[in-house]
Amino acid sequence: MIRFSHVVKEYPRTGLALQDVTFRVNKGEFAFLTGPSGAGKSTILRLVIVEETPTAGEVRVGGSLTSGLPRAEIPRLRRKIGVVFQDFRLLEDRTAEQNVAFALEVTGAPRDAISARVSRLLTQVGLASKGTSYPKELSGGEQQRVAIARALVNDPVLLVADEPTGNLDDRATRGVFQLLRDINAAGTAVLMATHNLELVKRNEYRVIEVNRGQLVFDSAEGNGAGVVTTPSPA
Amino acid sequence: MPLTLREVMLGVRRSPLLSALSVVTIAFSLFAFGLFGLLVLNVDRALRGVEEHVEIVAFLADGTLPEAVSTAMADISSFPEVAQVQEVSPEQALARARAELPEFQDVFDASFLPPSIEVRLKEGHRDPRTVKEVTQRIQTYPFVDDVRYGEDWVKKLYDIRNIAGAAGIALGSLFAAVAVIIIGTTIRMTVLAREREISIMRLVGATDAFVRRPFLLDGFLKGIIGGLLALLLTWGASSVISHSLIQTTFFDPGVAALGVIGGGIIGLLGSALSVGRHLRRV
Ligand SMILES: Nc1ncnc2c1ncn2[C@@H]1O[C@H](COP(=O)(O)OP(=O)(O)O)[C@@H](O)[C@H]1O
Ligand SMILES: [Mg+2]
Repeated sequence: MIRFSHVVKEYPRTGLALQDVTFRVNKGEFAFLTGPSGAGKSTILRLVIVEETPTAGEVRVGGSLTSGLPRAEIPRLRRKIGVVFQDFRLLEDRTAEQNVAFALEVTGAPRDAISARVSRLLTQVGLASKGTSYPKELSGGEQQRVAIARALVNDPVLLVADEPTGNLDDRATRGVFQLLRDINAAGTAVLMATHNLELVKRNEYRVIEVNRGQLVFDSAEGNGAGVVTTPSPA
Repeated sequence: MPLTLREVMLGVRRSPLLSALSVVTIAFSLFAFGLFGLLVLNVDRALRGVEEHVEIVAFLADGTLPEAVSTAMADISSFPEVAQVQEVSPEQALARARAELPEFQDVFDASFLPPSIEVRLKEGHRDPRTVKEVTQRIQTYPFVDDVRYGEDWVKKLYDIRNIAGAAGIALGSLFAAVAVIIIGTTIRMTVLAREREISIMRLVGATDAFVRRPFLLDGFLKGIIGGLLALLLTWGASSVISHSLIQTTFFDPGVAALGVIGGGIIGLLGSALSVGRHLRRV
């Protein structure tokens, strides 16, 4: 599903963000991506959704090599990937329904199919009654559920989440996380960046840890690198 | 494309002033084309009317022998530019003058009028240069005293027509360029204002073409509206001139439609030139 081999990412002004990162995430797998702030988590996720391409090494997503992928091919790949962010990224001037429908309209989906699909998705994330609410009329947890519904519109094979609970209180965190678990249980691979160690510890999922741009731990490989599993309290 | 249309409406609502300015500059551009085009059209028409009457008149010296005159006439008839050659006797000239000019009413003696040859040119050979050239050729006959033709004001009309055409193209192009720049600026502002929305569109898998479409449609629609406005202004100006100065002819519906579409193309061009550049940065 995701395959990083010896990935190096260098940003023009800030320099090396990733050095020699190699890992893979399989179909239907759930993996946490942890590490202190600035470790390179978001960079890894941006490489997965082809917002960036590696400076060296290879990133493969769903079999496609992202470097040199024709610009026209990127939208097609993105439709197979759902994305969720810490800040929800909803359009403030559109209702929950419209925010979800937007992602379908953008792909040129037939209009009559859209509204049925949207209400099904909102029901799935537990917001059946909030379809006509605007983002600022919703709690953080509810907004994130709308974002998750939006991420699911194209039945993605992979869901990428960058600190999806970072702005949420404990209760909302539990709810949103449960939703991600359900989505994974239905067959979608999930790669979730988080620094919520409680959440990571309480669940038996795979953990990939990065620090200063390097992969320092991968629970799927055992503690081979000899690095402490607990992220430093940065 | 309901989403595309909604995006267009949103863009207009977000920057109504710039949108109006885009429409108005496109309208000015086409209004300039239209006004000067109208001038060219009407001067052309006037010229065609005048040209039909362009005649070269060669006045003959006293005592010219009739044989010499007929040889010369045959000769002149064979010029490729010449349609018709006619001899006018002093009596015919007087009869014509009496019919056309009141001050000749009481004149009965034709002897003071010289005999003349009237030369009419073929269509397409009635421009000032050809007329002058043929005139000079006729002038070379020894028995030709003096040659007259439509002269200065034909040339002046031609000059007016050419200057009007050039001014229309220059002014129209200038406004068109300004319109393209303003549309580009509008798009830059809209792209900035909608950066978030566009990045979300991209994130959920919108193609470049899809992201670009509302901007292109926006430019095209503004151009069409500008074109219609220009048509209205030009038509208004034309009817004001018709009522207060001289009867003018307006463009054919086909040409008018072409002008409106031209507005659409200016608008589309303005969007197309800037949208790719600005979207790539988002
Ligand atoms: N768009 C960017 N341009 C330049 N430098 C960046 C950019 N994004 C991240 N970085 C740098 O790359 C490093 C890793 O950042 P990031 O991937 O955001 O880490 P994390 O998500 O783990 O906090 C940081 O040093 C950060 O300053
Ligand atoms: Mg981050």
